[in-house]
This record gives sequence, C-alpha cells and structure tokens, in this order.
Amino acid sequence: MHLTSLTIDAARSTVQDRTTSASAWAEAHYARIASEDGKIGAYLALSKERALAQAAHIDAMAEKGETLPPLGGVPVAIKDVMVTRGLRTTAGSKILENYIPPYDCTAVAHLEAAGAVILGKLNCDEFAMGSSNENSAWKPVHNPRDLSRVPGGSSGGAAAAVAADMAVAAMGSDTGGSIRQPASFCGVVGLMPTYGRVSRYGLIAFASSLDHIGPLTKTVRDAATVLGVIAGRDPMDSTSAEVPVPNYVGELEKPVSGLKIGVAKEYFGEGLDGEVRKAVEAAIQKLAGLGCEVVEVSLPHSKYAIPTYYIVATAEASSNLARFDGVRYGFRAPEAHTLSQMYRCTRDLGFGAEVKRRIMLGTYALSAGYYDAYYLKAQRVRTLLTRDFEDAFRKVDAIVTPTSPTAAFKLGEKVDDPLAMYLADIYTVTADLAGIPGISVPCGETRENLPIGLQILGKHFDEATILRVAHAYEMSREKSEVKVQK
Amino acid sequence: MKVTDKDVAYVADLANLELTEEERPRMLRDLNAILGYVDLLDELDTKDVAPMAQVSDRFGVDPNKAGSARFAYARRDDIPEGLRKSLAPETALKGAPETDGTFFEVPKVIEK
Repeated sequence: MHLTSLTIDAARSTVQDRTTSASAWAEAHYARIASEDGKIGAYLALSKERALAQAAHIDAMAEKGETLPPLGGVPVAIKDVMVTRGLRTTAGSKILENYIPPYDCTAVAHLEAAGAVILGKLNCDEFAMGSSNENSAWKPVHNPRDLSRVPGGSSGGAAAAVAADMAVAAMGSDTGGSIRQPASFCGVVGLMPTYGRVSRYGLIAFASSLDHIGPLTKTVRDAATVLGVIAGRDPMDSTSAEVPVPNYVGELEKPVSGLKIGVAKEYFGEGLDGEVRKAVEAAIQKLAGLGCEVVEVSLPHSKYAIPTYYIVATAEASSNLARFDGVRYGFRAPEAHTLSQMYRCTRDLGFGAEVKRRIMLGTYALSAGYYDAYYLKAQRVRTLLTRDFEDAFRKVDAIVTPTSPTAAFKLGEKVDDPLAMYLADIYTVTADLAGIPGISVPCGETRENLPIGLQILGKHFDEATILRVAHAYEMSREKSEVKVQK
Repeated sequence: MKVTDKDVAYVADLANLELTEEERPRMLRDLNAILGYVDLLDELDTKDVAPMAQVSDRFGVDPNKAGSARFAYARRDDIPEGLRKSLAPETALKGAPETDGTFFEVPKVIEK
C-alpha cells in the first residue's frame, strides 16, 4: 500500500468502495511507524486498540454500504497537548509523565465522530513552548528531510509524522507559530484557524488568549476538510465563536482572480534568508499570474511583535502552569516533607529549562512594580499590532509573507540562545496576537533540498479565502513543477 | 543589568520554583537578555492606546450592549445545573499521586 501522497479523500474513498479497508490503512501506518519512527521520533504513544476498534466500526459501515463521514477510515495523529481519554497525555513534560486524562479534547472527539482513526500521540516541545521540538522532555524529533535538522516546533512531531507518511493528517496547536513554522520546515501544509474558530476545550493551556488548534496535512484540500470537522461553537469553551461554519472544501475551487494580495515590506527585511526570499517572491509572482492583484501594504509595528509576544505569552503561561503542583495528577517529587517543599521540588524536577524560563519571565512581568512596564505595555502594543492588520485588511483580501525567515536549522544550533530561538517565530507571532487565521503552504526548496513555506494570512473568520488562495497556488505549483517525492 | 540575583530568588519564590545553584546564574543571564530585547517596546508611546487582553476585545464587539454582552462570543449562558456532571470521585482521584480513597493527600501544610 502506498502511503506517499495519500490524502484524506483517497484514504476515505478506498475504504468506502472497499478497495481496501480502514483496518488495512491503520495497519499500514503502524508498519510505517515501526520502520521509520525510530530515526524520526515523532510519536510518543500509539493507541492501537482504540484505532483498530474505530477502523473496524468504519469497515462495518462500508460493508453495509453506508456513506462514510468526511474522515471515515482516515489515519490521524494528535499532538500530545490535546487530552485523550484513557490515553497517556504528557504535553511533552515530565510533570505529566503518568497523566491519563478522564476526558477527550473536543477537537479529538469531533475527529473521531467524523470517522478518523486516531493512531497515537505526537511529540512536541514541553507545553508547546519551543520552535525546534528540542524542549520535549522525552526525545527530540528529527526532520524527515534531513535527520540532522530540527522539524520546527512546537508541533514538530505532527509535521514530521505527516511529512514521513506516518499519518495522513495530524492535529497541532499554534500559540506563536507552532503549526505553521514546523509545517514550513517539514514541507507540509499547516493551518492556524481564527482564534475562537475551534474549541480549545481539552487543549492543555499554554497562553489562553493565543492558543489555537489546527491541522497539519499533505494538501490544502485536506486542511479544509479537517477544519470543517473541528470548527464551530462548543459550550465547553466560552471563547469559541458562534460564527457559522462555511463549506470550506466547497469554497476551494472558486477563482482567485481579482483577489487583492497584500505584501508587507516589514516581512522581507533584515534576517530573511536569500533563498527563502527568492522562493516567496516567486510564489507572489505566481499568484499574480493567477490573476491576483498584488498590493503593497504596511504593518509598521511588526518589529515589536516578538517582545510583545514573549511578555503576553509568558505572563499567561505563568498563570496557567500554576496548576501543576503535584497534588491532583501527574508527577510528585517523593522526598518533600512539607506542602510548600513538595510544590517546589515537584515543579523543579517536573519542568524543563525552557518552561521554567518562561514561568520566571511571566511571573516577573506580572509582579508588583513591573506589571505596568511589561504586561500592560505589551497588551497596549498588542492593540497596535492588531490595528496594523485591521488597516491592511481594509485594502486587501489576504497577506502573503514567508512563514519563517530560514529553512530548518540544525539540532543543537540554537539551544543555548533562547533569544535566537524566539526570533524563529518573527513572522508568525503577529497572527496569534491579532487572532487572525494563517496557513503555511510549501513554496519550494533550498539548494540543500530543505522545504520553504509561504504564509498566507487572512481576516478574522475568513479561512475560506486563505484556503482558496493556498489551494490555487498549490495547484499551479503541481502543474509546473516535477514533484520530488514521486 | 535589570534583574539581580535577589530578583531571581524573589520571582522563583512567587512561582513556587526552587532553582538549583547551577540554574540561577543561567536564569539571570537569560532573563536579562530577553528583557533587554523587550525594552524595544519603550520606543512606542502607548499612553492613549487601550490594552488588548483578548481577541474578542477587537473582534465582534457590539457597542450598543454593555458588559460582557458586548462580545459576539466569549460568553456563555448560565446553566444552573452545570454543563456536565462532575467527575465521579474515584475517576478524579485515579491520577492522584497520593489519596486515601476520598481525599487528595499532601504533606504537612503547617510548617514548624
């Protein structure tokens, strides 16, 4: 069975017409994981029993001639920050090493209700904090394109699993770029929906005003299919929006000719790698060739995005991560004799270096005497960054940028310099701060065959337009370029 | 240097972290490097700019309504009986490091 380039529709339709079965697709993926994942490290846990039970259920439906739901029999894997009932969920952290959740994340429940077969849980940076997956407490992930390089982060396992055909699609989370940047590094599609488009219920919180769940897939169409399944209001998340969910797949083929595409010079400045620039500029030319009108826009506060993000995100994280205290679940340091000693030892031993750094930074920014200077200041600049987008989107339908200033870097290259690591998110954090949707779609490769990503940003709740532009671009690329994979 | 050794100890205390002797100098260095970069924000005059805590502060606000009803989302109707039943005690205790079957157990709360 060929797993390379296996898409959602191909997997589902072959189960539907009984050319093969959901069970066979699941087994084929487990076989591939067994042979490939030893060198990649994308999976933290496999849920074979749950997967095969679901596959058998889907196969029974197909046998009876029932129409399968949109993800019927499709093998999907889940980043380990989304809780799964009865299936160990660690968020990449030692402090949750024994945590067996008593409930399912809403997005995961939606996937299974739509027929998806959940293969297992995917490696990530601890509590989704990182840009290289090197902050996982368990093991690093290696980029399938070049094992000496990082897959990006924090959804590094998700991007690597899809890129190495160890899942048809994966669920990731994005707080500062954690879906789009690894998608770019591994050469897959990564979609961050609008804040509130997808319920966060059951997503282990990092920064609640910035956290998003979204898919990593092989094609834009697949991303549209998954979004249609997971989007919508959830009474369990009061920030999930009561905004109607359009037919994203149905909107894909609408022509892009006449759409106004914004290009902001702030995203093409110092620090942008030459090869990435060339690939992104060529992609913009291609969009112009498809009839899009390319318009220059300005996002003048962009250079303030990283410092704003690292104050807002760490402040929220320091509050969210206060719940990990060794009392109700997870790891507890054994040797403590008083409660406060137990808290401290548990957190000291349970959290890794980057998580502690962010808790410290966030606690400092919120502490008496510094709150106004750091946290409140950052919240005010967040307004300016959001206004930049509101102004730009009065003139254009979408904005295109590089997803990341460079292609995948080497493992170990930035681990000792947190600031350099943070700058890997320079083009992605703004969308999280503003709450707008963004997608990364492959747009070429460097001379070293490392994937490059094109980021397309859209208006609040206008995922349909960015999916349409990404799809049109992907189709035009497929026509004009020989695919390396085949 | 913005942050001192004393600040690191104070903030670690607030955050319920201990930090080892080896971790402290590294934390000091990293916090100073990051906060030095954050100083970039001081270039901006923001005294007339409203702070943004949530995306809903900017999107879907109905100015004709008051309080949290202004937001198109970020709201939930009160459901007196709750959205779901609480977990059964044995389920809630299942993941606890120490329990007597009814309560979570912790080390001595009162020190001395």
